[in-house]
Amino acid sequence: MPERRTAVPVTFDGEDFEAYDDESVLQAARRNGIAIPALCYLEGLSVWGGCRVCVVEVAEDHRLRPACATPVKADMEIKVHTPRLDSYRKSILELLFAEGNHVCAVCVSNGRCELQDTAVEVGMDHVRYDQQAPARKVDASHAKYVFDHNRCILCTRCVRVCDEIEGAHVWDIAERGAGSEIIAEMDVPWGDAKSCTWCGKCVAACPTGSLFYHGKAVGEMEHSADIIRVLASARGKGEWLSPEVSL
Amino acid sequence: MAAIIDLHEVAERELEARTRYPWRVKACASTACQSAGADAVVRSIEATVAAEHLELDVQVVPTGCMGLCSRGPLVRVLQRDVDTETMYADLTPEVGEQIVTSHIKAKKPIDTHVIDEKMPFFAGQEKVVLANGGVIDPNRIEGYVAHGGYLALQKALTSMRPEEVLDEVVASGIRGRGGAGYPTGSKWSLLAGAPGDVKYVVANGDEGDPGAYMDRTIMEDDPHRLLEGLALAAYATGATGAYIYVRAEYPRAIQRLDRAIRVARRSRLLGRRILDTDFDLNIELRIGAGAFVCGEETALISSIEGKRGQPNLRPPYPTEAGLWGQPTMVQNVETLANISSIINRGGEWFSSIGTPKSTGTKVFALAGDLTNTGLIEVPMGTTLRHIVEVMGGGVPDGHEFKAAQTGGPSGGCIPASHLDTPVDYESLRRLGSIMGSGGLVVMDDRTSMPELARYFMEFSMDESCGKCAPCRTGTVQLHGLLDRIATGTGSEGDVRELEHLCQVVRDTSLCGLGQAAPNPILSTLHFFRDEYTDAVSGKEPADA
Amino acid sequence: MTTTVEDQPEPKAGSHPSGDDRFGLVDKALKRTRYEQHALIEVLHVAQDVFGYLDADILMYVARALRLPPSKVYGVATFYSLFTFEAPGDHSCMVCTGTACFVKGADDVVRDIATEFDVPEGGTSSDGRLSLTTARCIGSCGLAPMVLLDDEVLGKLGSEEIRQRIRDLLATEEEVA
Repeated sequence: MPERRTAVPVTFDGEDFEAYDDESVLQAARRNGIAIPALCYLEGLSVWGGCRVCVVEVAEDHRLRPACATPVKADMEIKVHTPRLDSYRKSILELLFAEGNHVCAVCVSNGRCELQDTAVEVGMDHVRYDQQAPARKVDASHAKYVFDHNRCILCTRCVRVCDEIEGAHVWDIAERGAGSEIIAEMDVPWGDAKSCTWCGKCVAACPTGSLFYHGKAVGEMEHSADIIRVLASARGKGEWLSPEVSL
Repeated sequence: MAAIIDLHEVAERELEARTRYPWRVKACASTACQSAGADAVVRSIEATVAAEHLELDVQVVPTGCMGLCSRGPLVRVLQRDVDTETMYADLTPEVGEQIVTSHIKAKKPIDTHVIDEKMPFFAGQEKVVLANGGVIDPNRIEGYVAHGGYLALQKALTSMRPEEVLDEVVASGIRGRGGAGYPTGSKWSLLAGAPGDVKYVVANGDEGDPGAYMDRTIMEDDPHRLLEGLALAAYATGATGAYIYVRAEYPRAIQRLDRAIRVARRSRLLGRRILDTDFDLNIELRIGAGAFVCGEETALISSIEGKRGQPNLRPPYPTEAGLWGQPTMVQNVETLANISSIINRGGEWFSSIGTPKSTGTKVFALAGDLTNTGLIEVPMGTTLRHIVEVMGGGVPDGHEFKAAQTGGPSGGCIPASHLDTPVDYESLRRLGSIMGSGGLVVMDDRTSMPELARYFMEFSMDESCGKCAPCRTGTVQLHGLLDRIATGTGSEGDVRELEHLCQVVRDTSLCGLGQAAPNPILSTLHFFRDEYTDAVSGKEPADA
Repeated sequence: MTTTVEDQPEPKAGSHPSGDDRFGLVDKALKRTRYEQHALIEVLHVAQDVFGYLDADILMYVARALRLPPSKVYGVATFYSLFTFEAPGDHSCMVCTGTACFVKGADDVVRDIATEFDVPEGGTSSDGRLSLTTARCIGSCGLAPMVLLDDEVLGKLGSEEIRQRIRDLLATEEEVA
C-alpha cells in the first residue's frame, strides 16, 4: 500500500506544477517531464549528493541546493535554468572532464554515455581547465568485467549498488580529495576480490565508460542503469529476485 | 556508589591549603611554554628549592596557559604576606634558579625578566573562558572547584528546570564560536524540541584552523569547564549521551580530558544520579585521526560512527537526525566553555559584554608578524587596530602592517584601511572574512598575497574529502591557477577564470569547507587586486 | 546498511595465524570496545601504536574482527592522514606548516630538508634514516617556524640551522654504529 501523499503546488522556472510532498525536487521535476541533469543520482539507490550537477536555485534565499537531496515544499519556487546555474553546471562538467582521462573517441561508451550526454545537455563545447592527466590504472583482472579508473567520476553508484542492493560491499572509496579512488576490498585487483558475486550491478549502474564488459569495442558498451530502479522497487515490495538475473 | 562531592568544602579546603605556603610559583606548563623549554625551568626551580631547603615555604604549581606565548616559558611568583604577583618571561633554567635564590630568598626580583601584567597585552582582556588559565593546576579538580567550578551545574540541577537553563542561554545571546556564528540558544531549542528519547550533545574539539589553538588550551588547561558546559547543555536539551571529539594531534588534551572525566565520575559530577539528582550523563571521548573536514558537524558525526569523515547532506540537520540517526547537537568547545559562567552570572550579564548582536568575549590566537603573540580574550567588538597595534604591540623589525587574516582557510585578509573594524560576526563577514574559531595571523609588507592565497588553497585541496566534485576538482584547479599567478607565469585570463571558479566552488560545494575555501582568494582579490594584475602583466609584485 | 562478507571466519581472540603476540594488544582494544563497528578508528589507532604502521594484513585482521567489509576498513584507514602504511624511518622530522609558520618560511624549510636529505615530504628517505612529515598547526605559533626533530622541539630557527641539527643527529648515530 503506498503511503498517502499530498500534492502541493510548486513552480519550475515560473511555470506551475504539482509535486508530492514526499518527493525530492529532482523526482518531482522528472515526473513532470522537466530535465535536470544529474550524474551521481540513481533512482533506487541512496542519495549521495556529490556531483552537484543537479543544483537548482530556490527563491526563498537564492541559495543553490542539490535537487536530488532537497525535499519539495508547498509553493516552492524552483529555478532550474538561470545564466548562473547554466554556467556553473558547465564549469562542473568541465572540471570532471579535466579531472580524469576522458577521451570519448576511444571510449567503449562513446555515444551511450551519461557523462557525455550531460556535457552535451549543459552545452559544454570545450574544457577550459588544465587537464590533470592522472596516472590511473585499468583493472582487467576480472574474467567478466573491466574497471578503467581513467573514466571514473567518483559518483559512487557502483559502491552504493553493491552495498545497498547486492549486499556484497566489494567497493569503497579510498584516500580522500583529489586522490580519491574506488577500490575493491583491500585495494586488490577486482579478479582477486572474493566478495564479488559477479552480479554486474556496478557495471549496469556506471554512468561512464569506466565499468564495462570484456571484449567491448569503442562505442559498444551500453549500460542499463534503469534496471537498478526496477530491482530496488521489486525489493521494496518484497518480490523474490534471483541473484543470477543476468544484466 | 561514590560519595557526592561537597563543592563548598572542597573549595574551602583548597583555598586554605594555599595559605600554608608563603611563596607559590605558578609555572605555565601549556604546550607553547613546554616547547620553549618550560620543563627544564620547572626542574631547575624545584631543584633549587630543595637545595635551599625551602620545601615548606615554596609551592611549585604547574598551570595552564598564561597567554603571552611568544615570551615563554612564563612563571608567576606569588608572595602571600604582601599579596603580590610577579610575572617572569623568557625563562631559562639559570633564571629559574635565580628566582629562588634572588627573588624568594633575597627579595630581589630579577628585573630583566619581569614583565608588567598591566602592559596592554594583558590590560585589554576580559577573561571568561580563560579565567583559570595560568591560575589552576589543570590536573586537579580541586583547583577548578576552588574557583567556582561545578556551582553552575549544581545550581541548574537543584534549582532550575531545563527550560530555565535554556532560557538563560537564549537570553545571553551567545553565538557559536566555531565559525558561522549560529545562535547557540536556537540550536539548543531545536534539540530540546526534537522528538525522541535518545539525544546526543557533542563537543567539537576538532580545532583545525592553522593558527588557532584556543580550544586546545581550554581542553588542556581547564578540562572541567568543558565537562560542566557539556553537562549543562545535556540537561537543558534533554540529551541522554555526550561525546567530546578531539583531534588526535592534541594528545595532552586527550589525556587531561580522559583524566578529568574519570575524576568527575568519581565525584558524582558525571555518571548516574549526578550530585544526587535524577540527572544521569556519561561523557565519552572520541579521537580523530587527522582530517580537517571533521570539524564540519556532519563529517564529525560520521567520524564518531567510525566512518570516513565525509559530510552528509543537510537537511536533515543533526538536530533532527544526527549521531546514529538520533537528534544531535554539535557545539564548539569555546561555546560550551562559556556556559557555566552564563548560568552562574545570568544571561543578562553575558549579553552586557560585547556588542548587541555579538555578545560576550572571544578568544583570539595572535600569531605572525607581531611583537606579542599568544592567546587573548577580549570583548566582542574590540577593534582590530586595538588588538594588533596596542595588545599585539604592532609589527616588529621596522616593517609595515599589511593584513590581518582571520578565519584560517575559510576566512579572509583584512587590510590596514579596515583596521578600525570591530571584531564581531557581521563586521568580519562584510569584509569577506569570518570570525572562524579565532585565529588571527598578522602579515607584514613582505607577504605576497597570491602566495598566501595559494598556501590556503593548498590546505583546502589537501583537506577536501573528495565527496563533491566542485570542491575535489575545483580546489586543484584553483591551486593551479594561483601557482601560475604567484610564479609569474599566469595571464589575465587566469585571473578572470580564478574569479569565476571561486564562485562555482563557493556556491555549489556540499559543505562549509568547499563553500568557504575560495574566501582567501576572493578577499585578497578584493583588497589586493594589484598584486594579482601586476603578477600576470609580467611585473614584479609591489613589495618585491 | 553495513554488511558482512559471507566467507569471513569467526573472530577469535589472539587468533592471528602468525602467532605475533602484538595482535593480543589489538584484541584487547577490540574487547574493550565490545567489537563495536563504530570503534574502528579507535582500534586502528591502537594497531598503529602497536605495529608502527598499518598494512593489509593488520587491516584485514581488524575487518574480520569487527565484521566490516575490507573495502570499508581500507577506505576509513586511508581517509585519515595520521594513519600510515609504511614503516617509519629511524628518525622523524616534522615541520609545522600552520599559517604562522608559513609566514615565517616553513615552506622553504620543508623544501630544503627534502632536497638535502633526499626525503620526500610525507615519506622516508631511501636509506630509511629519516622521515619527513608536515603538520597542520600544532599551536606553538610563538615558536614559528616550528620543527619537531624526534622529540626535540626546534623553535625560531632558520632553515640552515635546522638542517645542521638534522646533520648532527644523523652523524652521531653513524659514529655509534
